Amino acid sequence: MADKQEFLRIGVDVGGTNTDAVLMHDGEVLASIKSPTTAQVSDGIVAAIAHVMKQAGISPDAVGIVSIGTTHFTNAFVERRSLDRVGVLRIGLPAAKALPPLTDWPDDIADEVAAGIEMVRGGFQFDGHPYADLDEMAVAAAARRFHKEGTNSVAISAVFAPLNDVMEKRAGEIVRNEHPDSSITLSSDIGRIGLLERENAGIMNASLATLAMETVGGFRTALKKLGVTAPFYISQNDGTLMSADFVERHPILTFASGPTNSMRGGAHLAGLTDALVADIGGTTTDIGVLRGGFPRESSIMTDIGGVRTNFRMPDVCAIGLGGGSLVSVDGARVKVGPKSVGYRIMEKALVFGGDVLTATDIAVAAGYADIGDRERVRHLDPAMVEAAVREIHRLVEGGIDRMKTTGGDAPLILVGGGSVLINKPLRGVSEVHTHEEASVANAIGASIARVGGEVDKVFSYEGVGREATIAAAVSEANERAVAAGADAASLETMEIEELPLAYMPGGSVRLRIKVAGDLNTAYGDAA
Amino acid sequence: MSVRGLISANASARGELVLSESNLEDFARGAAFLGTGGGGDPYLGRLMAKNAIREFGSPRIIGVDELSDDATVAFVAMMGAPTVLCEKGASGDDIDCAVQELSAQIGRPIDALMPGEIGGFNSTLPVVAAARLGLPLVDVDGMGRAFPSIAMVAMNFEGVSACPFVLVDDHLNKVVVKADTAQRTEDISRSIAVQMGMSCLTAGYAMSGADVKHATVHNTLSAALQIGEAIREGRKAGDPVRALIHVLETHPIYGFAREVFSGKITDLRRETTKGFSIGNCRIEAFDDASCAADIRFQNENLVVLVNGVVNAIVPDLITIVDVETAEPIPTEALRYGQRVSVIAAAAPDALKTPQALAYVHPRCFGLDFEFTPIEVLAEAARA
Repeated sequence: MADKQEFLRIGVDVGGTNTDAVLMHDGEVLASIKSPTTAQVSDGIVAAIAHVMKQAGISPDAVGIVSIGTTHFTNAFVERRSLDRVGVLRIGLPAAKALPPLTDWPDDIADEVAAGIEMVRGGFQFDGHPYADLDEMAVAAAARRFHKEGTNSVAISAVFAPLNDVMEKRAGEIVRNEHPDSSITLSSDIGRIGLLERENAGIMNASLATLAMETVGGFRTALKKLGVTAPFYISQNDGTLMSADFVERHPILTFASGPTNSMRGGAHLAGLTDALVADIGGTTTDIGVLRGGFPRESSIMTDIGGVRTNFRMPDVCAIGLGGGSLVSVDGARVKVGPKSVGYRIMEKALVFGGDVLTATDIAVAAGYADIGDRERVRHLDPAMVEAAVREIHRLVEGGIDRMKTTGGDAPLILVGGGSVLINKPLRGVSEVHTHEEASVANAIGASIARVGGEVDKVFSYEGVGREATIAAAVSEANERAVAAGADAASLETMEIEELPLAYMPGGSVRLRIKVAGDLNTAYGDAA
Repeated sequence: MSVRGLISANASARGELVLSESNLEDFARGAAFLGTGGGGDPYLGRLMAKNAIREFGSPRIIGVDELSDDATVAFVAMMGAPTVLCEKGASGDDIDCAVQELSAQIGRPIDALMPGEIGGFNSTLPVVAAARLGLPLVDVDGMGRAFPSIAMVAMNFEGVSACPFVLVDDHLNKVVVKADTAQRTEDISRSIAVQMGMSCLTAGYAMSGADVKHATVHNTLSAALQIGEAIREGRKAGDPVRALIHVLETHPIYGFAREVFSGKITDLRRETTKGFSIGNCRIEAFDDASCAADIRFQNENLVVLVNGVVNAIVPDLITIVDVETAEPIPTEALRYGQRVSVIAAAAPDALKTPQALAYVHPRCFGLDFEFTPIEVLAEAARA
């Protein structure tokens, strides 16, 4: 067991366009590959992993762990493909009636996803005491109806379930008894306080149930084909890992894991834990902030495919600048983006023989990027090129300024294929970090993901006081992380957020605590 | 319910105000501005109003001039913590129950409803109530903004009793408070609200049409809608912050407004004291870190100091908005790094009388400042 710390790790990023893989040892990249995503995602994964293992000359049994990051589920929901119809069961009557489930969903997706809505008695107060007993008969009747109508995916939510999940769990048991083939999502497993948003997330999760089984099954098949027997994990949006079994039941937690992985991968390459990260792609630049090695989360409600959620999403500012951004001249003004030739850059950009002036052409003409055929941009007016370079840097500076939380300069990590666009000092940036493996930062981020634990509840500081209350909450979060597979010795508290409950006496505070630690490799063996 | 005592002959004399699904977003955004940082999530209120309008139709909104002196009007409001609201919302039955119980207590039907405050959740809740009960909603409120106490309303300043004051929980349990002062009604009701699960539906301040005419702030539902429309139109035209200021400074209720400061939030402190969300938000100028504004809040924003000098103070209105979209930001949603503009506006006259200042003076919020109207402060800054 002693040498388990030196596991070979494989990280894979399955995106809409590319499937990237890296082979890591002790934090070093031994091999990497960027390959196209295939219609059967598992084919692309097999090809990518086989490539890095061959490149590094290792056998499948030398691999200790595989972590996969994917945007597959996000894309499926946004594009409304392969979704299950969901039976929605809310435990909350007599409260919360004025805002029934699916309130404010776009009609087309609500029609496509919701097979039926049932509201039954039950629910909790802000302190976790029940205000009404669970109406078990009504839950059973709802389950039988779902069963009869052939609705196999059920989303269950209860008022204040994040504080007390007893009723959701009991309702889950009843549904399973009445409808043994159903797959069940409990809102308390995936969401925060805020009934509608948590319930929305639960329904979205339930709609992905079949796709999750198929996709995770595909990942398993891919690894089996390769002869890799190591445990595999899937990364979630906060930069921590979930077991494959867990993702089969909670696919929605993979939403927005892409930006998180690229930011953490970039941080790893640069050896920094606190920095700004700019992921410059073909069309957009995503700028985020790393604090303590993890992305800063957004505090704004996030719409996914038109549905409001209160998900843990990285706070990312997207600007319309990428390697394929169109460059146009309007009098003395040079405009860059937001329109882009996107993935067609290889045929459209001047340096590749096309007839569209792109940001990449500017970087080549200015002499700081060496891509394609430099001769093809030699005719460009130097003054225009200089103005375009200034505009590119100004756009990035604007995004950086938006995201910075403190005065003073901060380091910036550049990742993504478009990072060649930047070569001058940037206002607000102390130093720019780039790395030759920056284009596979996503896969690197997946390979180094950690295991987290979280507590989000209302506490009262009356009685034991603030310090003791927070300490108790942190240790609860620690226990959750260890249960999820973290090495107890490596746990760190990532975040303590206190939100006083306004207007009310009694020192009531909503505490949100997040901890994370390295994967316990002994647990990895057991999984 | 009866419409006894309501005169509709004047209805054509004023522009008919209609709240529908299509302008609710404007209304809720305007009300969020007037909420000056407090009042809870306007999103939920807007959704509830939308559902109620779909189910029961738009409520009729009437001006004070359409109200006869002997009509009976009451206010409805949610009392509790915004965080609890976002789990439980309201059931609808609780709204009906509170109004019916108040009617039973005073022994006569309620002819029309009004909001207690035109800020955040409590500005849209009366829309839901009026739609459900088929009652008209009077285009007035108690303060022309939001405040954290039912004693901080023009009705109280003018001697109208808050009681009988009805509180109803999810199970339709009812408590009727009959206290000697509005302040005591507030204090007793808060404790009951905790027992009721930290959120409950309330109805009170039952009064005559004559009282409404002299003891409320008029045309504030219209004001919220106008402010929301101005922000939306301003976005189209490219400068929503200027559009917001323009609508305020030309408005008969507010009449003066200015952008006190703009910059980036660089520090944010919150703590719980005496059951309030109390804190300080520091904003540094975009191009000059030595120039900073501090905003102190107690649920609502109370005072803005620029380099230590008071630029606006309660009861005048202070709202933090997004610098580009002019979207009002509630204190609970403030965060580091937001690029914001601080907009201050003169309070309605009803909040600046000696009787009113006994309840809403800066000292009532623990601030050791005198109240100087924003117009005077702006003049002094220019001199």
